[in-house]
Amino acid sequence: MLLDVGNFLQIRYRSLFWLFWLILVGAVLVSSSLPPSVAQQPAPSTLSPPNPSLASAQSPQSGAAGSVPPALGTQTQRSGLNIVVLDPAHGGTDPGARGTGGIRESEIVLDFATQVRRVLEQQGFQVVQTRQGNEDPSFDDRSALANAQRGAVFVTLHISSTGLPGTARVYVNSDLPAVTDANGLIPWDRAQAPFLGLSRKFGDLVQGHLSQRFKGSPETAQTASVRQLRTTAAPAIAVEISSVTVNDRADLDRMAPGVADAIALAVAAFKPSYVVPNPTGALP
Amino acid sequence: MTPRWRIWAISALVIAVVAAAIYFPILRKRLKRAARLQQQSEEQARRELTQSLAVNPGDPRVKTTLFWRSDTDDATLVPVTVELPLSKDPVLRSKQVLNTLLAGPVDTELRTLPPDAVLLAFYLLPDGTAIADFSEALATSIPSGIVSEQLAANSIARTLEANVPQVQRLKILVHGQEMETLAGHLDLTGTFVVNTKLAQLPPNPAPVASAPLTPENSPGKLAQADRKP
Repeated sequence: MLLDVGNFLQIRYRSLFWLFWLILVGAVLVSSSLPPSVAQQPAPSTLSPPNPSLASAQSPQSGAAGSVPPALGTQTQRSGLNIVVLDPAHGGTDPGARGTGGIRESEIVLDFATQVRRVLEQQGFQVVQTRQGNEDPSFDDRSALANAQRGAVFVTLHISSTGLPGTARVYVNSDLPAVTDANGLIPWDRAQAPFLGLSRKFGDLVQGHLSQRFKGSPETAQTASVRQLRTTAAPAIAVEISSVTVNDRADLDRMAPGVADAIALAVAAFKPSYVVPNPTGALP
Repeated sequence: MTPRWRIWAISALVIAVVAAAIYFPILRKRLKRAARLQQQSEEQARRELTQSLAVNPGDPRVKTTLFWRSDTDDATLVPVTVELPLSKDPVLRSKQVLNTLLAGPVDTELRTLPPDAVLLAFYLLPDGTAIADFSEALATSIPSGIVSEQLAANSIARTLEANVPQVQRLKILVHGQEMETLAGHLDLTGTFVVNTKLAQLPPNPAPVASAPLTPENSPGKLAQADRKP
């Protein structure tokens, strides 16, 4: 029996061509139907922001001019808190604070983030983590993850080296003059400026819940010049737990559920008041 | 080579390898210790050099306010008054008070700055911006954390505010370099408000393109009224 080899190969190539197109179309459909929290797990610099007005918001490392669009423009904004960006600080070669008993801040905050995430997701919030394992994204990459979202709050988690063990403090960034450039863009370096009022409100809520659970904690949020918060264009707080000096890591682990509850309750309480500020920093 | 000599040679080699394996970690430890001692002696020499330059017994003794950690709340500072011979020259005076601050209180628990940190240089620009250059120990030996890093910068800023009125703002360098953070948390890319009276003036934002992060016109960059002791 003779085979027409040329014809056979032609048919086979055509089949492969159509198969390729089917796979491509299928992949596009599947990826477009994924929720943001799943689609955004890769490196922040590769994200396609869900908000078209934020499409040019890139961190300085990703090659942009170092500015953030005025969050969300001048049009009236709705209360839009849907996403919580959790930032377990440090990681990779940076262990953060280290205790004498081998306690490493970078490991503990990751466990804390897991618990906070679980409670928040139970309440229906989408949660994005800046790191899932022992990586160490840059400050700007962590901020970029929040800046690419619409209606996000940012919580960076830390364990201190000092302080009364068993207490927790919330920090909001020190005041920054809210400025925009000639094109109405907020400089990346001051992305937090228009959100300071909201950050303060959110921070006070979290701190209030923490002080009820952890005696000796302050009742209102403190102000500090925290680098991570400065470039974050969202209500942003740092939560610092005391401390790595505990003799037993279990002492810190026992705090995790309380911290998770406090953050989740505060996020829920903050949600109705989350109205995105206009570019000048004034709240509507 | 006869088999007997071969066995001897192999045995000698094995012994040499085992001995090297045992000795190598010891050697490495000794080298590390020697390097550390050398570094410490360099820091000590620098400290002695800068202190001997800064302290002049001929200067009039004045009441000097230093800010150290509170013994009741380790997240706040308390003013402590001591008598020191201080120069009238603002740069020398700044060096004198900062070296005293670095020397630390009697109770080491109340320190805000690492004991091995050294002030390498201090400059005062005509606009009142002070540049304090510290040794690497400031960043490497300070306990990592928002509280501890913020207290360190606050204690420097508040001590300068109390004793050197010419200083308006403070820029902290580490070994001559601008650092992104002190030890992973505190933002060192901007300047810290020293003169809080200036901070209460109406904001006057500088042009964005030419200004790095210099929120000196805002009340709060390290000089929050609510945290001032």
